[in-house]
Order: sequence, then C-alpha cells, then structure tokens
Amino acid sequence: MEFLTPNTYSYLTVALIMFTLGAIGVMTRRNGIVVFMCIELMLNAVNLSLVTFSRMHNDANGSMLVFFVMCVAAAEAVVGLAVIIALFRNKLDIDINNVNIFKW
Amino acid sequence: MEALYPLIILLPLLGSAIIGLVGFSSEGFRKQEGLIGSIGTFAVAIPFFLLLFARFAFDGEPIDIQLFTWMEAGNLSISFNYRLDELSFLMGMIVTGVGSLIHMYSIGYMHGDSGYYKFFAYLNLFIFAMLNLILSDNMAVMFLGWEGVGVCSYLLIGFWFQDMAKAKAAQKAFIANRIGDFAFLVAMFMIFTELTATGETTALTFTEILDHAWGDKAYWICLLLFIAATGKSAQIPLFVWLPDAMAGPTPVSALIHAATMVTSGIYMIARLSGLYLAAPEVLTIIVVVAALTSVMAAFIAVAQNDIKGVLAYSTVSQLGFMFMALGAGAFTTAIFHVMTHAFFKACLFLGSGSVIHAMEHMHTVKDPQDIRTMGGLRKYMPSTSKTFWISTLAISGIPLLSGFFSKDEILSSVFFQGYSNSLYFVVYAVAFITAALTAFYMTRVTFLTFNGKERFPQEKHPHESPAIMTIPLWILAILAVVGGYVGIPALLGHPLHILHVLNDLWLAHDGGETGLVANSTAMIENMHHHHSMEYILLPLSAALAIFMVWFTFNFYKKNDLAGDEKVAKFFGPLYPAMQGKFYIDELYNRIFIHPFVWIGDHVIVWFDKNVVDGIVNGTGTFITNVGDVFKRLQTGLVSNYVVLISLGVVAILAYLIFG
Repeated sequence: MEFLTPNTYSYLTVALIMFTLGAIGVMTRRNGIVVFMCIELMLNAVNLSLVTFSRMHNDANGSMLVFFVMCVAAAEAVVGLAVIIALFRNKLDIDINNVNIFKW
Repeated sequence: MEALYPLIILLPLLGSAIIGLVGFSSEGFRKQEGLIGSIGTFAVAIPFFLLLFARFAFDGEPIDIQLFTWMEAGNLSISFNYRLDELSFLMGMIVTGVGSLIHMYSIGYMHGDSGYYKFFAYLNLFIFAMLNLILSDNMAVMFLGWEGVGVCSYLLIGFWFQDMAKAKAAQKAFIANRIGDFAFLVAMFMIFTELTATGETTALTFTEILDHAWGDKAYWICLLLFIAATGKSAQIPLFVWLPDAMAGPTPVSALIHAATMVTSGIYMIARLSGLYLAAPEVLTIIVVVAALTSVMAAFIAVAQNDIKGVLAYSTVSQLGFMFMALGAGAFTTAIFHVMTHAFFKACLFLGSGSVIHAMEHMHTVKDPQDIRTMGGLRKYMPSTSKTFWISTLAISGIPLLSGFFSKDEILSSVFFQGYSNSLYFVVYAVAFITAALTAFYMTRVTFLTFNGKERFPQEKHPHESPAIMTIPLWILAILAVVGGYVGIPALLGHPLHILHVLNDLWLAHDGGETGLVANSTAMIENMHHHHSMEYILLPLSAALAIFMVWFTFNFYKKNDLAGDEKVAKFFGPLYPAMQGKFYIDELYNRIFIHPFVWIGDHVIVWFDKNVVDGIVNGTGTFITNVGDVFKRLQTGLVSNYVVLISLGVVAILAYLIFG
C-alpha cells in the first residue's frame, strides 16, 4: 500500500484541491460569508504548500512565512467581516452581487 | 597676500548678501543707517586697496585668480577664473575707487530713505557684477557680469518703483540692454562653434580667442559684439535708455550711468582689440556710429533744462568719443578717456545730486532738477559749486585738466587715421564740433545753476550738503584735475605716459596678440610721418575749449536765462527738434512698439484665445471622453474581478511554464 504512505506529492495534492475548491467558491458563491470562508480555504492551501516546500528544502523560511499569512488572514477577516456587517445593516442583504455600489 | 586676491571679487558679494539678507529679516538692522553704509562702503573700498596693492606688486606677468569650475559640458569647460593685467587693474581701480566714493556719498544722499538697506545691497551687488565683467578671463563669466550689471541697473533705476515713470524707465533700460545682450550671446556662440570646430575643448578665455586665426568670421563676431556694446554703452540705435535712466537715485546715475556700466562696451572691445583689428570694416562702422551718436547727443544736451538730463546726454556724447577712439584703433586712448570721464562725470553727477538734494529741501519749487529754477547757488553751496566748475572745465577740455589730455588723444588719433582713410577726417571734423558743443552746454548748465541771478523764492535758501557728500566731491574733483597726467601726450615724452605703460605691458607679455594691442599699425605709421601735425592739433583743441568756455560764460553772464532764447534763434528750426530729443523715442514708438502692441492686441490675443486655449481645453476633453468609454469595464461585482484575476494568474503561469 505504498501509495497510502504520505509523501511530498500527497501534501501538494491536498493543497491543490483545497485551493481549487476555494477559488471556485469565491467565484461562484453569492453569500459574502461563504466567500470569506473560501478565501480562508485558499490561504490555508497556500500555507500547506509553504510548509511542504519548507520541509522539502530543509529551510525554515517557508514555515516562518506561514505565520505572516495567518496574521494577514486574521486581519483581513476582521476588516472583511466588519464590512459585511456594515453592509447587512444598511441593506439587510449580504448577496455580493447586489453590492456593486463602487462602480462608476 | 596673493591669497587675499579672491576677496576683491567676493567682498562686494558678501557685503550685498549681509546687507540684503540681514536687512530683509531684521527690522532693527534696517534702522542702523551708519552701519549699513559702512559695510557697503568698506565692501568696495577694501577691494580697491587690494587692487592697489596688487598693482604695486605687479611685475607685468598677468595674475590669475582661479576659484572653481563653473560648468563642464562636452567641449566646454568654464571656470570662475579672473585675470589681473594692466587693463583689468585700471578698470578695477576705477570701479572700486569711484565706486567706494559713491557709496560714501550715498550714506548722506540716501539718508532717511525707506529702502536704505536695499539700496546698498543693490549697489554692492552691482559692484560684484561689474568686477566679474572686467576681471574675468573668459567670455562666459564676463557675460555673467554683463547680465548682472543689467539686472542691477534695472533694480537701481527702478529703485523708487512706486513712481510709474521710474518703473517704466527701469524696464526700458533693461529691454534695450537685452537687445544688445542677444547680440553678445550670438557672438559668443559663434566663437564657441569656431573654437570647438576642431574638436578641442575650450574655456572661452580671451587668450584662446585672441590666439585664434579668425579670418572672415571676425567681421560678424565683431559686428555682433559692437551691437552688444551699443546696448550697454548707449550708442545709436540703443542709446535711448540712458537719459531715461536718470530716474534712478543720483548716486546710481553717477556710478552706473557715468563711470562703470556704460563703459563696459568700451572695455569689452578694448579687451578683444586683437579680434577687432582683424575686422577693420567694423572699426569703420564703429567710428561712424560713434561720431553720429556723439554729435547728436551733444546737440540734444544744448537744449535741455533738466540738470541731470544735460549730464545724461553729455555721457552719451562722451561715450561716443570713446567709441571714436576704438574705431580709430586707439584702444588705449579709449580706456584713458574712460578713466578721466569716470572722474569728472561722477563728480558732475554727484554735484547735481547735491544740488537736487538742496533744492528738494527747500520745498519751494515743483521740479528740483530744472536749472531754470536755480541760479546763484554758488553763494550757498561753495563746495558743490567749486567741484562742479572744476569738472565742467575738465570735461570741456581746458588744458592741463584731465579731460583735455584724453579728448585730445582721441581727436588726434582719429585725425591720424584720416591719412589712411579720408572718412576719418570727416569724423574728426564732427568730433571737433562735438567738443565745441560740449564746452558750450557744460558751461551753460553750470553757469545757470551756480552763477547769475537767484531764480528761486528769496525767503528760503538752499544749504550745502553734509561733509560725507562733499568729501567724495572734492576727491573726484582733484582726480579730475590730476587724472590726466598719466596720459600726457606722447610728444612731450613723459615717462608716465599711460598709453605707453599700457601698450608696453600688454604687448610685452601677451606677444602683441592676446592683450590690448597698440594703436593700430597704420595709425602709428601716420603719427610718425605727420608728427608735426600734433603740434597744430593740440593748440587747436586747447584754443577751442578755452574760447568756448570763455564765450559761453560771458554770453550767459550778459543774458542769463534769456540767453537760451538767443541760442534758440541761432539754431532756428533745429532747436525744437533738439529740445524734443530729435523725436527718436517717438520714432521707436511708431516703428517698433506700436506695431508690436497692435499685433499683440489683435493677432496674439486671437491666437491665445483660439489656438492655445483650444489645445489646452481639447486635451482635457479628449481625456474625459476616453475615460467615459473605458469606465464601462468597471462592473463593481466582486466575482467578475475574481474571474479576471484568476484568468490572469492562469495566463501568467501558462507563460512561465510553457512560454
């Protein structure tokens, strides 16, 4: 059962699947909160690949970068959720297709 | 001691900066008139003594003062280098010597003026620019000074700028000078092009220029430089600014419009004398223009009643004399007259300032410069009167005073050129008439001011100026008497003969080409051949001067102001034209200014409104329209943007992997 033994490619494959799911979600879903969750998914997929490469090259820099991504993701979630709440308060709706108020 | 030489140039700049900047920022400093005046005066007097010292230590080898490289570009490398040789020593000592006396005089003259500190800052800046002009060893730094004196004269003529007429006079001076400066620039570019034609680097130094074989190009360069000189030195056709420039404070008239700036054209031609000898046609043009200017200005001066107006036209006329000497190839003679003229004309202007000062303080006459309101001032202003008379006699060419020697040198050098080119005999005749007119109008203006009946209200009377103003007058008057003795005519064989001193040194140390070349060869030959003529010419001009002064004095003593009517009758229909300055200003207005104003009012306005505004507004409209098209791309939908970003990422990745 050699193919069940985890190796570099398995981790990358998981990351790929996670990223793709996230990207599709961001593009297709209309619920703002779900879009956010999908973004988190993409960010985590990137984190996973960073850690994998870090191990692969025996270099701690990749792992370090993960912490930065987490910080930025947290900050982004704070701001993004605040925006969504503000939108909901004003429009009673979080369908992102209905909030194209920033166009010309 | 040599290490102090850069101070000659830098001290006036420093003085200007201190007075100007501290005065600008500190109210208290502005009130310290004595301090400001002393800084200003010493910033000019110290360079004078440095120059004097350097002159005594001078062994004939030009002294170079090298400061720093100003600009380097391609084949051009200009440095702030200065050169002290006989010519620049003489000019430098005139500028700083007469300059410091005028600074001293200004302490008294400008007393109580609201722009006192500004006046001294400008004056010092002017001296700095003038020193750059005359001490520089290359054309570019000379041009810097050339422009600098133009700016300073603009600032100083328009010093009382609240008065529209004075502001306009300043503009007129500046613009007339700019026309000449344009010719200077073109000439400088021609010199640069020629010097770098072989691919060599040039610093535009006078040595380089005079060492070069110019051939036919000398003609155009010399002609353009002469046009530049007509601007600065007030010759036809650009002389119109100088009489108007009398609107400035009187010390300015004395410094700039008698002693220094206006002689820079003469200095420049003397400096490039070697080049000019390669273009004898230009020398002929110069002598004709000079003779016309000189005699025209003398005629105008006869009919003027403004004391400074007479002196202004007299300056134009005397500058004409200097150019006549240049045109005759007698460059050293021209410089000699520059020197003596600086003494007596500065003295005359300062004397007129003293008179105007006194008349203003009486508060009784409308125009304190009109000689018809003066008369009999001799009794009240003894120092001014005596110095004014001494200078009048000097400028009239009374024997044994400085003006006699220099003017006689000019007359005889023009005369001797006549043997090679008879045109010069005509010029000599014109110069002779001009000399007679000079003696006439100078005696007239002096007599009507200081002698005869008192024409101002009797209950008040004018006062002599303070000592700070009369001391410079006396020093200048003494110089006006003795200044000529360095130039006693060659026939007396005097060892101090300035022409020989100058010529010997320039010739000996510059190989006869790079410095001021001796009176041109033809003239020297003629002088040797017809040496006896000088024994006739000398007493002739002496007799002329003595007779004219004696005649004019007695004429006005008998007739007083009514004498003018007899003069008017004598000149007949010419007299109104002389009073109207031959209507040359009006002519220029008609020919140059009105057409330009018309074009401006009609063509340029249309062009501005339609073409220029159209282009500007059209650009804006075009950008707005393009924006209107592309703004449709913005949907505001997040998912659209995400799709686009994703596609972009995929495209980039595809390029990186497969491309």
